[in-house]
Amino acid sequence: MENTILSARQLNLYYGENHALKDICIQIPEHQITALIGPSGCGKSTFLRTINRMNDLIPGVKIDGSLFYRGEDIYAPGQDVTDLRRRIGMVFQKPNPFPMSIYDNVAYGPRTHGIRSKVKLDELVEESLRGAAIWDEVKDRLKKSAMGLSGGQQQRLCIARALAVKPDVLLMDESTSALDPISTSKIEDLAADLKKDYTIIMVTHNMQQAARISDKTAFFLLGELIEYGDTEQMFSMPQNKKTEDYITGRFG
Amino acid sequence: MKRDILAAVADGAMTTHPSRPAGRGSKRRRDTLEFGVKLLFLLCGCVAVGCVLFICIYLIVAGLPAVLEIGITDFLFGTEWAGKQGQFGILPFILTSVAGTAGAVLVGVPVGILTAMFLAKVAPPKAARVIRTAVELLAGIPSIVYGLVGMIVLVPAIQRTFQLASGATLLAAIVVLAVMILPSIINVAETALQAVPREYEEASLALGATHIETIFRISLPAARSGVATAVVLGVGRAIGEAMAIIMVSGNVPNMPESLFAPVRFLTTAIASEMSYAAVGSLWQQALYSVGLVLFLFIMIINVILNVCIKNRKEG
Repeated sequence: MENTILSARQLNLYYGENHALKDICIQIPEHQITALIGPSGCGKSTFLRTINRMNDLIPGVKIDGSLFYRGEDIYAPGQDVTDLRRRIGMVFQKPNPFPMSIYDNVAYGPRTHGIRSKVKLDELVEESLRGAAIWDEVKDRLKKSAMGLSGGQQQRLCIARALAVKPDVLLMDESTSALDPISTSKIEDLAADLKKDYTIIMVTHNMQQAARISDKTAFFLLGELIEYGDTEQMFSMPQNKKTEDYITGRFG
Repeated sequence: MKRDILAAVADGAMTTHPSRPAGRGSKRRRDTLEFGVKLLFLLCGCVAVGCVLFICIYLIVAGLPAVLEIGITDFLFGTEWAGKQGQFGILPFILTSVAGTAGAVLVGVPVGILTAMFLAKVAPPKAARVIRTAVELLAGIPSIVYGLVGMIVLVPAIQRTFQLASGATLLAAIVVLAVMILPSIINVAETALQAVPREYEEASLALGATHIETIFRISLPAARSGVATAVVLGVGRAIGEAMAIIMVSGNVPNMPESLFAPVRFLTTAIASEMSYAAVGSLWQQALYSVGLVLFLFIMIINVILNVCIKNRKEG
């Protein structure tokens, strides 16, 4: 039996009057890839962003219910949000490297968290870039601007940047949707590789992607969690009619 | 005049082609009109270019003879200026203008940029609106009013605080200039900061950086060319200002040896002496030369500004 790393109980989220997440209950296991699927606006990205509290940035957001990460209440009043975000990293939909060198991009997180030693930073940068399977492509141009990389390379750089602060969980918000098929498959291979050390939760619009690489799949619709289970089971024998309709492409 | 042409064309169209929609005219007429209006635009554009060229040429023609007569070294590096006695060294003016501008930038830029950061990234919308309105008003105040307020408030205050014979000093001019350059710095820097893609800031926050760390380490560097543009604009504004500082700077052609020296700037030298110098005298010509030097400073600043803007587009 796997360990649960994240668990939501009756989690509700409102954007002003809009009830965006409705009574979400979910237990996400450690060292696996959990895919969140569903049509646009179903709340899957919103749920992802409640996990590292990125929704805090949006004015008028209200949350009730509970969300626990390793037994710790993410929304507890005394929560250290910056430390939480260090432990729960995020890769965004559009590759968003900072307009600085490749090295500085990766070193940004560690520097922010107080690592100054050049040797230590060099080590971390190499380790992270290797971890994101991009070291060989960029090792000779670490001091060059990250903006010169291709979209797929930029996204792997963003993964490296996220890895550099030694997170525990990696949230991926449609992280391959802006990429070509070859870059996408590289990121998928990378994700499959990373789950040894990290827990990955990914939002995806791509049904095949969810089926290919995830261990668990959660299907969201109109702010509700309709079905959640092992990916194999979900894609072969969905329990809910709506899941089946969505997976087989009848809507969404 | 233009309206008459349009009306005439429209009338013509109505009589020759009653079926056409009113106001379009035949193709040839339309083409002529299009060409005519384009020509008008071009002429208007030429007015600006013409003025710059005229000023440029006039300043060189008017300013060069005195420089040649006095000698370029004596003129630029002479430390004594006494128009009546025929001494024309403008180093005190140059150094005062440089020192005054540098001082204003030193004070105004940090305040301006921090204000811009506050407005763009931190301030609650209501507070930001109030501050923005104040900044716009500040930009609209005529420079003579800055001078007046400086003269009746700032100058006596400096005199009392530092126990001086007179408060009309370089320091007073710097303070007035610093306030005057604030609006342009704030506006341009805020626009640049607003333009920083939200994704950069989100990425930084998601890595566990705090809001303030993100603003200083991501937003500000990402907006650096815009911020540089803001600084250069401020420099340009400060070095060209005359009216406000003539009233607070003491207007004595001293070297700017201390913050408490009464001084005279390039701009204020021209403004205060032009009406005393006899027409056609070397004195008057030397004042034209001062104008030429000032013009060169402004040109250099403009070149820097253009480089900044170009970098901004590329970056």
